[in-house]
Amino acid sequence: MDDFRAAFFAALSLLMGLDRDLVAIVCLSLSVSLSAVGLATVLGLPLGAAVAVWQFPGQALMRILLNALMGLPPVVVGLVVYLLLSRAGPLGTLGLLFTPTAMVIAQCLLVTPIIAAFTRQTVADLHEEYAEQLRSLGVGPWRTLWTLLWDGRFSLLTGILAGFGRASAEVGAVIIVGGNMHRVTRVVTTTIALETSKGNLPLALALGMILMLLVLVVNAAAMVIRDTAQRVYG
Amino acid sequence: MKKMGLLSTRLEGHTAARMTILPLVVHDLCYESGGKRLLEGISFRTDVGPRTVVLGPNGAGKSLLLRLCHGLMQPSAGTIAWAGAAPETARHCQAMVFQRPVLLRRSTAANITYVLRLRGMPRRQRRLIVTETLEQAGLLPLATRPARVLSGGEQQRLALARAWVLKPQVLFLDEPTASLDPAATRAVEALLEHMHHTGTKIIMTTHDLGQARRLADEVLFLSHGRLVEYAPAPAFFSNPQSKEAAAFLEGKLLW
Repeated sequence: MDDFRAAFFAALSLLMGLDRDLVAIVCLSLSVSLSAVGLATVLGLPLGAAVAVWQFPGQALMRILLNALMGLPPVVVGLVVYLLLSRAGPLGTLGLLFTPTAMVIAQCLLVTPIIAAFTRQTVADLHEEYAEQLRSLGVGPWRTLWTLLWDGRFSLLTGILAGFGRASAEVGAVIIVGGNMHRVTRVVTTTIALETSKGNLPLALALGMILMLLVLVVNAAAMVIRDTAQRVYG
Repeated sequence: MKKMGLLSTRLEGHTAARMTILPLVVHDLCYESGGKRLLEGISFRTDVGPRTVVLGPNGAGKSLLLRLCHGLMQPSAGTIAWAGAAPETARHCQAMVFQRPVLLRRSTAANITYVLRLRGMPRRQRRLIVTETLEQAGLLPLATRPARVLSGGEQQRLALARAWVLKPQVLFLDEPTASLDPAATRAVEALLEHMHHTGTKIIMTTHDLGQARRLADEVLFLSHGRLVEYAPAPAFFSNPQSKEAAAFLEGKLLW
């Protein structure tokens, strides 16, 4: 128990002192996850909205697929991206394996289905209400998508934040495609895994606290946004 | 009133010179769903001018008839013809206001801006017209408020203003005051009066007989999916030709 207490205080002093390694790791984590979520948003919003609104063959299948892919195991995504990016793989010539870019790609694959599935649900609900009015006004298919996305913007933001929560907390995908290399591809989650196994508890704990704080802030933000939007926009 | 005239001329500029899409000629219209005939053999012809009120008991197919005429649904049989216009073009010259107004989750003003942008009006003109339209509808003080937090009457007035700013030749209204209190109903009827006087053809449903008497110039009376009577309003109200219409006017329940 004393060990833990000592580790805890050591962790606090790392946090207070803004330890350089710690800061670097957190910054890399944030930049990888934010890039991945940004990319996943650009892909996921239109995809989800299109599946919700447009009639096309395979629409039901896409819907099932999106929901199923939400539970994609990170290690499997890591493995697939690893195979694609490895020297012998189809994209091996790009030399992306064990770079932050590879981590962004892996997390993006992980998060896109979450954002798309969330978008599909939100937009479908909204479309049920809007469909007749938009048709009456003669709104074309593309503008319909954009209208629904814009009017659902606050709900969609919670979906995007959920995606960010998932990306920043996962370890399986980034450790495989990033390689967990010191000062290059070491992020919060992979460092926690590594340092814990090495017995370096202070650093692991400090990062764990940051991760918890991040998740807390993200969820609180999601809640506040949703409630405010509900109150203000009805 | 003067303001209306100003607005009308300015709007004429952005809407392409257009031919009238009236008269509307409906011939032998049928609509079936799930093996049930909801509308059967409906034929009528209505032209510029008179306000047409579709009357009938619940489930007679009033809303359905409006949706079919507006082109939101496809008939199972029969034709709906707008003079000199394909259905898609014709819809551009029509607007519809629903029983429960569908307002965008944006500000009151943005709901008007949306349809003007849709019709390709340049930004400079939009602002002025939005202001004038909201003032006309008595909504100017609420311009920046989110549309969805307006009261029921204000929402319906906004829906009307949004339909009207498109300067439709034909305006469909499906029970526009069904869930409104008397004051809000009066405000909506006043707006309808305006639109009628500026030349918009009004085709509406209502189950409020008082409203029908106030607004109707001609009545389409439906019962069980059939057009039972089509007559000028005074004649219909004073001397209904069919048993069903007579019973309906006496306030009997029709089954």
